Amino acid sequence: MRNITVIAKREFKGYFTSPLAYIFIVIFVALTGAFAFYIGRFFTREQADLVSFFTYHPWIYLMLVPAISMRLWAEERKTGTIEILMTLPVATTEAVLGKYLAAWAFTGLALILTFPMWISVNILGQPDNGVILTSYLGSFFMAGAFLAMGSCISALTKNQVIAFIVAATVCFLFTVSSLALVLDFFRAWAPEILVHTIASMSFLTHFSTITKGVIELRDIIFFASLIAFWLFANIIVVDLKKAG
Amino acid sequence: MVKMIVLKDLTKRFGPLLAVDNISMRVGTGEVLGFLGPNGAGKSTTMRMITGFVEPSAGTATVSGFNVATHPVEVKRRIGYLPEGAPTYGDMTAQSYLSFIAEIRGFDGAEKQRRIDAVAEKVELADVLRQPIDTLSKGYKRRVGLAQAILHDPEILIMDEPTDGLDPNQKHQVRGLIREMAREKAIIISTHILEEVEAVCSRAVIIAHGKLLADGTPEELIARSEDHNAVVLMIDAGMEDAVRKALGSLDTIKSIKKTKGRDGAVCLRIRPKKSALIASDVADIMGKKKIPVREMFIDRGTLDEVFRKITQEARTGATDRLGVGPKSPDREQNKEAKNA
Repeated sequence: MRNITVIAKREFKGYFTSPLAYIFIVIFVALTGAFAFYIGRFFTREQADLVSFFTYHPWIYLMLVPAISMRLWAEERKTGTIEILMTLPVATTEAVLGKYLAAWAFTGLALILTFPMWISVNILGQPDNGVILTSYLGSFFMAGAFLAMGSCISALTKNQVIAFIVAATVCFLFTVSSLALVLDFFRAWAPEILVHTIASMSFLTHFSTITKGVIELRDIIFFASLIAFWLFANIIVVDLKKAG
Repeated sequence: MVKMIVLKDLTKRFGPLLAVDNISMRVGTGEVLGFLGPNGAGKSTTMRMITGFVEPSAGTATVSGFNVATHPVEVKRRIGYLPEGAPTYGDMTAQSYLSFIAEIRGFDGAEKQRRIDAVAEKVELADVLRQPIDTLSKGYKRRVGLAQAILHDPEILIMDEPTDGLDPNQKHQVRGLIREMAREKAIIISTHILEEVEAVCSRAVIIAHGKLLADGTPEELIARSEDHNAVVLMIDAGMEDAVRKALGSLDTIKSIKKTKGRDGAVCLRIRPKKSALIASDVADIMGKKKIPVREMFIDRGTLDEVFRKITQEARTGATDRLGVGPKSPDREQNKEAKNA
């Protein structure tokens, strides 16, 4: 546990030693706001809620989360610091969790900094703050799932650009897997059960139930098990590829 | 002497490539073992298997009694490791980097800072502790890596080319540091600077193509040179035949070779059979025959030459796995292990 904290602390501080952290936060806050106002028509809907704000989170994460996750392991492998990290007295699990938690905490921070949206909607009307809180939680978990995928993919390569592109693609497929775009491809040949399974993997479906204020156990389990699965894969990949 | 590092039939394959081929050896506290070998010989891979960064394909590495494969964290706790190229988190300051290492190594608060200050003084890093590592010169970067490796005062120190890229003064300083630490640690360094081996190592092994080709003290290795104990005579050019004739009676001589001369003199390099001490015999004969000798010295041979000879023999297939000298019992065991 101590090792996880120490690694997470180092990683988290690392974001702020370069302009990356500030650029990310500014762009994230600006984009979520801009999408809510211009595409989600926050004002013209005349509803005291943040649906128009949360709806676009999956799409914004799609672009920004791989930018966070791409460096997690690819950079360590490129610069050779992975040899330092993995010869310190820490287990691979601790290293993977520490780095992941730092990245997740960082996206959490960016999410918290969108609080002016919450203040605005409370000034303008009486929103259901319970729904807003569950939406924030749902958004946080979704970001966590994207990050876990990105972290695992980052461990597969030394090249951060490749890590970014592959992670963005995988995240995209998971996001839209309930849409015809993906399902039609499988319907032609795959058994019905597989098509259903793929459709049920969709982030959009799970996230939209959460943003309606309904916290269903299966949505939580969905994101939690996805995170667990990708981090487990991440540990295996790091062990296999660290010296390659 | 406690055996801190024990390698038994250690082997590593990368696909079809046999990077490390059945290496067995032991290193004890108080020893500084030099890993010598051409680039790509398997030095770094062997070190990486000892430090738990790479899993062996076969064989075992045991450190302080712990098998690296089954107790990696216990092993890593006891080892200080400087990987090749001394990688560091460049965006951190030296202080925060060492602070991270210290925390992972289990030090907190005042003890942590005391360790950092002590190690910074030891490797002369104190002036730049507050600077980002990326802005430091190569020499300083290497010292940050070194500080990282010795911060927890490990029983075992493994350094992959610790002086690579340092200027002569820095090299001298790092070698001094290694010698100083050698008393209570088991140290392995890899290098291809052969003078370094003579300067700091109590023992050296030569590795090529993943195989352990020679193992001995630097003196023992040098003794394998054909020039070891050769006598070099400088005489007047006209005396050459007389000398050759006079020395013909000495059956300990293997060959006499004319090398170079100046000012009407020639140099004769007289190689003995089996490194025999022939200098006094040669001097006697010169005295008896009244041959004027301008200069005379005994050659020790060079590690360079032995290194080239051994590694090139390996390439041509004539592997000579001789463990040099009878002094070290573990080399005997080593041979037994191989024969078994």
